[in-house]
Amino acid sequence: MRPILMKGHERPLTFLRYNRDGDMLFSCAKDHTPTLWYADNGERHGTFRGHNGAVWCCDVSRDSLRLITGSADQTAKLWDVKTGQQLFSFKFGSPARSVDFALGDKLAVITTDPFMERTSAIHVKRIAEDPEDQVSDSVLVLPSPDGKKRINRAVWGPLNQTIVSGGEDTVLRIWDAETGKLLKESDAEVGHKNTITSLSKAADDSHFITGSLDKTAKLWDMRTLTLLKTYVSGVPVNAVSMSPLLDHVVLGGGQDASAVTTTDHRAGKFEAKFYDKILQEEIGGVKGHFGPINALAFNPDGKSFSSGGEDGYVRLHHFDSDYFNIRI
Amino acid sequence: MAELDIDTRAAKLGIDWSQVNLDSIQLPPGENFGIESDDEGVYHDDQLEFDTGFGNIIVVDNLPVVPKTKFEKLENVLKKIYSQLGAIKEKGLWMPVDPNTGMTLGYCFIEFNTPQEAQNAKEKTHGYKLDKSHIFAVNMFDDFDRLMNVKEEWEAPQTKPYVPGENLQKWLTDEKARDQLVTRSGPDTEVFWNDARQKNTELVHKRSYWTESYVQWSPLGTYLVTLHKQGAAVWGGADTFTRLMRYQHNMVKLVDFSPGEKYLVTYHSQEPSNPRDASKVEIKVFDVRTGRMMRDFKGSADEFSIGGPGGVAGASWPVFRWAGGKDDKYFAKLSKNTISVYETETFGLIDKKSIKVDNVVDICWSPTDSILSLFVPEQGGGNQPAKVALVQIPSKVELRQKNLFSVSDCKMYWQSSGEYLAVKVDRYTKTKKSTYSGFELFRIKERDIPIEVLELDNKNDKIIAFAWEPKGHRFAVIHGDQPRPDVSFYTMKTTQHGGRVTKLGTLKAKQANALFWSPTGKYIILAGLKNFNGQLEFFNVDELETMATTEHFMATDIEWDPTGRYVATAVTSVHEMENGFTIWSFNGKLLYRNLKDHFFQLAWRPRPPSFLSPEKEEEIAKNLKKYSKKYELEDQDVSLLLSEQDREKRKALKEEWEKWVKQWKSLHEEEKLARQNLRDGEISDEEEEEDEAKEVKEVEFEDVIDVTEEVVQE
Repeated sequence: MRPILMKGHERPLTFLRYNRDGDMLFSCAKDHTPTLWYADNGERHGTFRGHNGAVWCCDVSRDSLRLITGSADQTAKLWDVKTGQQLFSFKFGSPARSVDFALGDKLAVITTDPFMERTSAIHVKRIAEDPEDQVSDSVLVLPSPDGKKRINRAVWGPLNQTIVSGGEDTVLRIWDAETGKLLKESDAEVGHKNTITSLSKAADDSHFITGSLDKTAKLWDMRTLTLLKTYVSGVPVNAVSMSPLLDHVVLGGGQDASAVTTTDHRAGKFEAKFYDKILQEEIGGVKGHFGPINALAFNPDGKSFSSGGEDGYVRLHHFDSDYFNIRI
Repeated sequence: MAELDIDTRAAKLGIDWSQVNLDSIQLPPGENFGIESDDEGVYHDDQLEFDTGFGNIIVVDNLPVVPKTKFEKLENVLKKIYSQLGAIKEKGLWMPVDPNTGMTLGYCFIEFNTPQEAQNAKEKTHGYKLDKSHIFAVNMFDDFDRLMNVKEEWEAPQTKPYVPGENLQKWLTDEKARDQLVTRSGPDTEVFWNDARQKNTELVHKRSYWTESYVQWSPLGTYLVTLHKQGAAVWGGADTFTRLMRYQHNMVKLVDFSPGEKYLVTYHSQEPSNPRDASKVEIKVFDVRTGRMMRDFKGSADEFSIGGPGGVAGASWPVFRWAGGKDDKYFAKLSKNTISVYETETFGLIDKKSIKVDNVVDICWSPTDSILSLFVPEQGGGNQPAKVALVQIPSKVELRQKNLFSVSDCKMYWQSSGEYLAVKVDRYTKTKKSTYSGFELFRIKERDIPIEVLELDNKNDKIIAFAWEPKGHRFAVIHGDQPRPDVSFYTMKTTQHGGRVTKLGTLKAKQANALFWSPTGKYIILAGLKNFNGQLEFFNVDELETMATTEHFMATDIEWDPTGRYVATAVTSVHEMENGFTIWSFNGKLLYRNLKDHFFQLAWRPRPPSFLSPEKEEEIAKNLKKYSKKYELEDQDVSLLLSEQDREKRKALKEEWEKWVKQWKSLHEEEKLARQNLRDGEISDEEEEEDEAKEVKEVEFEDVIDVTEEVVQE
């Protein structure tokens, strides 16, 4: 498996996202320009210029026409994917950390960081069909129970009825997307012991996986928030993704960027580790990054995946045929 | 406070100044007027102790009975003796006099400033010989009541009914002949069976906060010792670990067993408040089984070390080195210019005298005999040569000595059965700018203890590591320059050369800096720890061939199990990540891993030496095939069973998952329409595919539109 090295960002990668057809790959980085790549050969297609701070997260609509991005410049922006033009800008008083389109792309959930005296919060925005009609008002604002702690990810639950969030306070929460009521919290006994860094849904919204600095990733039932599986990694987990094709999950991470010393690059264990989703056993690893892995995404066809690292590279891997025959 | 302020305040409180008689106010005595400051509370406690108790008074008995004329003289003698040991309080010495005869009564009371001084004075002068007939009997005043209450008549102590103790050796009778190991990670201390056949560990006992610093096995594996604030405790027993005995020693820092595990030495040191003073050291020796303290040693750290730069933080551990062998007869302490050898019969010095050796810097016991090897460096700028000597204990006879010239340092390595002693000698080159190394090899068991000099092929090679083959005649040396030094093997015995040391072979350019022989010999691990990132080479010395080369990335610790079947390598919490341990077979096959965050310690439970005679062992080795057949069959059964179990476990997991998936899949189906509506009627992924599938399905059917019947005429 020879990876395709995609060099376009000047700063560490933060997020990767495929569109539904699996032909486009969107990447976000701490430089200010989200970039669109051909998911097949890794050629750069274009950039989205307009943000004035690190871009933390993005999501693309089902029809691949709209992109939403959240940035440290305290805005979340809507883009026209075809032209790269900015369509709308939601302004917040603090950095926007995560964005997610709802089923049907008529709603989006955006989380904002604690900043100055502002506390962290989850905002729900209505996305107008015609960008001319777009308004910036929130449909719903959910204040975080521990406002001083960052919410690192919030996504829509099944049928847009719930919102699932997780962050620095290590607790996963399910909110009612209509009323904003807190419905469930994860069990502290079995839950993560350190900051939840990432959260990724299964294609059918039945379950999701979380990665945490406590060096594990956990698989949860999206409706009941029961813990299904735990994957022990040995290194802090920054990014998680699930194969849509096989029962595999992939975890990425490594020693904290600030703690990376001048020793052997292998010391950091900057490896994308593959696990059997059901048996929780490690299958293998893909090395290559020379900094922690911050972002991982599976192509919706399950035949390739890409990883983005603190080193500023996106590595696109098309699986060899052997991969599909792994038996353990 | 300004006067104006005072006035306004007084007015507020309704006080009329003119009516207050300031002179009538009396402040409580003392500098702080009886107001207690918060942080003085600590000192306060101490003070209480010394004001109220009689803890600082000692009673000295067996004094000469003297008339009034000599009273003053005796008093002065006593003052002289005791003022050396502590400050006597003013009028603190009181020697009662018989009012009728005017003679003293043969005892006196001395009050010191602090109880510590009194304690010290008691310890130092109890048994002091003033002259032949007057041997001091010194007691603490506080003990007086207790001693007076001793019953006159002897009472026979009640004999307790015999309760059979637990079988402390039960772990050795494990059916599968497995070994145990203890690990500490996070707050947990766990003891496992290493079940290599099952490729996993089996928990024996787990306890959180079992110890406050570390744990240690006794040398024969009977006990596990834990350290606590109040002292040490040993654990063991047949099935679970129960506490067998406690040893009181406040703030114990280090412990050490005698090789036959009869005695436990505990160590505590206290940093001095004045950094220039030496730290205070207290060492206690306990009988492991009875828990009785056999002797304690107190003093400044200087008394327990040879001083110099190494001794700043306290004494180097172990302070007491035990003579080899199972009988635990002697232990020795090295201090400046003296070697103190104690015997455990009396817990006193042999012949009541230490051995004086000027400038001795290192001592080492033979692991099997009571022979002590010692090293004295060069003195007088090279006029007096350095010396390595072997001393027989308890006779203190020097068995052999060798003078060495232009030596910068020496290190002594005993072979585990005490047959050989290797001394690595670092010598200065002629210019004195650099050093080179060689070995002096002593053959202890041969007549007159012959010494052989061994120099490496390349004399200038630095020696990185040295290790004897346990119970064997060979040794391994890592020498040369980093980053790729060479490894050489030598033997003390060959068929051709008889009693001469011979080189077996050299491996060039290895990434290794540490040697780990299997406890049964023959196999060795050449390990590259620290900057080699955990390179491991499993090597067979008999065949001189590498069995496996592998890596446990960032490994910090390597330990063979006591039987030499398995090896544990561990990454401890000096590294932030990948903490945990890995178990390998002796030939370098990875068996299983066990990841544990905050991993601190791993230790195999030692086994007592085998009862088999060397001849018997040899016989077994010869007929190994015969014996191994049975075990191979067993192994096969286990592995079959294991894969069966594994398959079943996996099957169960898969089934569970399928069930879970199925359950919500039906729900997903029900919600299909809702999803579709949310998408403005656009159908979702799977449904679309299903529809596509329908489209693709070719449907053939014949439609009968019309049937007419025609009669064809011929």
